[in-house]
Amino acid sequence: MYNLIGAGLIVIGGGIGLGQIGGKAMEGIARQPEAAGKIQTAMIIIGALLEGLAFGALILGK
Amino acid sequence: MVAEAVLKKIKQKKLSNLYSMETLLNDFSVGLFVMQAVILLIIILLMRKFAWKPILNALDEREGGIANALKSAENAKLEMQNLQADNQRLLKEARAEREEMLKEARDMKNKIIEDAKTEANDTANKLVAQAQASIESEKKAAIADLKSQVANLSVEIAEKVVRTELSNKDKQLQLVETMLGEKSLN
Amino acid sequence: MVAKKSIKFIKFLVLFLVSFNGFANGDKNPQGNTIDTPDEIKEYISHHLKDSHDFHLFTNNASGTHYSFPLPVIVWTSEGLKTFMSSAFHHDDAGHVIVEKGGVKLTKIHSKIYELESGATSVSFDEDHHATNAHKVLDLSITKSVFGMLLAGLLMFLGFVALARSYKKGPIPTGFGRVLEPLVIYVRDDIAKPNIGDKKYRKFMGFLLTVFFFIWILNLLGLTPLGFNVTGQIAVTVCLALFTAVIYLFSGSKDFWAHTLWMPGVPVILRPILAVIELVGFVLIKPFSLLVRLFANMTAGHFVVMSLIALMITLKQDFGPALSTGMSLVLALFISVIEILVAFLQAFIFTMLSSLFIGMAVEEHDHH
Repeated sequence: MYNLIGAGLIVIGGGIGLGQIGGKAMEGIARQPEAAGKIQTAMIIIGALLEGLAFGALILGK
Repeated sequence: MVAEAVLKKIKQKKLSNLYSMETLLNDFSVGLFVMQAVILLIIILLMRKFAWKPILNALDEREGGIANALKSAENAKLEMQNLQADNQRLLKEARAEREEMLKEARDMKNKIIEDAKTEANDTANKLVAQAQASIESEKKAAIADLKSQVANLSVEIAEKVVRTELSNKDKQLQLVETMLGEKSLN
Repeated sequence: MVAKKSIKFIKFLVLFLVSFNGFANGDKNPQGNTIDTPDEIKEYISHHLKDSHDFHLFTNNASGTHYSFPLPVIVWTSEGLKTFMSSAFHHDDAGHVIVEKGGVKLTKIHSKIYELESGATSVSFDEDHHATNAHKVLDLSITKSVFGMLLAGLLMFLGFVALARSYKKGPIPTGFGRVLEPLVIYVRDDIAKPNIGDKKYRKFMGFLLTVFFFIWILNLLGLTPLGFNVTGQIAVTVCLALFTAVIYLFSGSKDFWAHTLWMPGVPVILRPILAVIELVGFVLIKPFSLLVRLFANMTAGHFVVMSLIALMITLKQDFGPALSTGMSLVLALFISVIEILVAFLQAFIFTMLSSLFIGMAVEEHDHH
């Protein structure tokens, strides 16, 4: 039960983080469409780091 | 309705128990790890030798070739431009030369015509002058001749007149008188 | 034109894969009974996610015959190396069938091979279902995952050696090489060069390219009805991450170690603390995040696809066969398409982060 709550918290946190990354990246691309490639790459890397963190927490927490 | 049913099923499945740290460690197979390490190492070495090196070298070569080709094309373009500029210059020079030659020719033509004209004029003038001179002298000679002839003729006439007139004394006197009278009247 | 064709091909592939996933994995268990309870489905899925010693294709439910081919088992036991075919276990996975080989009694429980203690004739379990009189052996078998790796390696080798050969004929590759060449250029120009730098990237290209295509091909193989789950094996991802870690730790420049162990521009008291943090980060956390990401993504992907296919059965009572099948088909199709993207994305992320870490390690600072 507590595991599930923890997992839910992790997912909420990760979701907020991913939303921030994605949203800001969109804003950045909208502002400077010519830098879209670089922004996307950076976005994916940071998303991956966040994902690693969340997965690590999910697995360690269980 | 759908969501409820799915939720019920998920609850029944107890998804949360499927993976835990313990099962994860239990799942870790040392044998698979060893096999993977060996296979990956072999694949990396094989691929490096037989695939990646030739591919990357070929790509580098091709890209180098393309860069060289672009550079030489650029050079050729520059050379072409230079050549064109040269041509332009030569053409200009040739045109200028032609102009000059034409001008010279024209000048020469004019000069020749001028010379010819003056010479012709001179000759004509000389001829005219000569002709005038000869006409003058002829005229003079003719006048002199005429004068002498007139003089002879008048003398002869006068002789004849005198001969006839002087055969008569009165008439002689009358003549003298008339002459004198004319003289005084004049 | 080519793009259109390839999109068509991908569409076809997706449909093909999704339809076959249901056929190959959804319905039958190895025992030949129909799977219809949630517990059985859960068991089936977790069984699929594990490695196995034979290549099971499907089971004829009516006759109970298995359509599978055995793979060689190679184990290092207390009596030395033993090899035999996995057919000796007769598809048993619960420790019932005991194979005797040169004085060693071997049995298979949950896809693991156990050696019985001397004198024991059958496996006894405690209440947590752990074997009490048997222990695991070093299992170097050609399991399904090893088979998958060999297959992926072979595919890679054939494809790229053909590409390498085609350069001998002319500067432009022909045939399938035209598809592979942009991928190689992509890894070189968009992953390796920006992260490692123009001068040093060349040394690491062998590793990066191999790992990229290896992971990608294995991820895609995992989506086929053959049911490989190689990159979802924790041992495989541990090994991949360890390779990356060894490479960047051993190619670290003097500057890198100076910055890691004795950070300049920081008060001296803080330096040892920072050194510990950095060291733990590079030796443990970064490889750990690499291996967990790949493992969790692939496992979760397989789990979700199979669960959605299983909806066909679990929702049958509630919605009837037509609606539950339609729902599971649509959802499974949707997730499978996303999984194709994830298959590429995980290969890309793994290579990208590897090259990023390598780039951090080989970087040289001009000043300070």
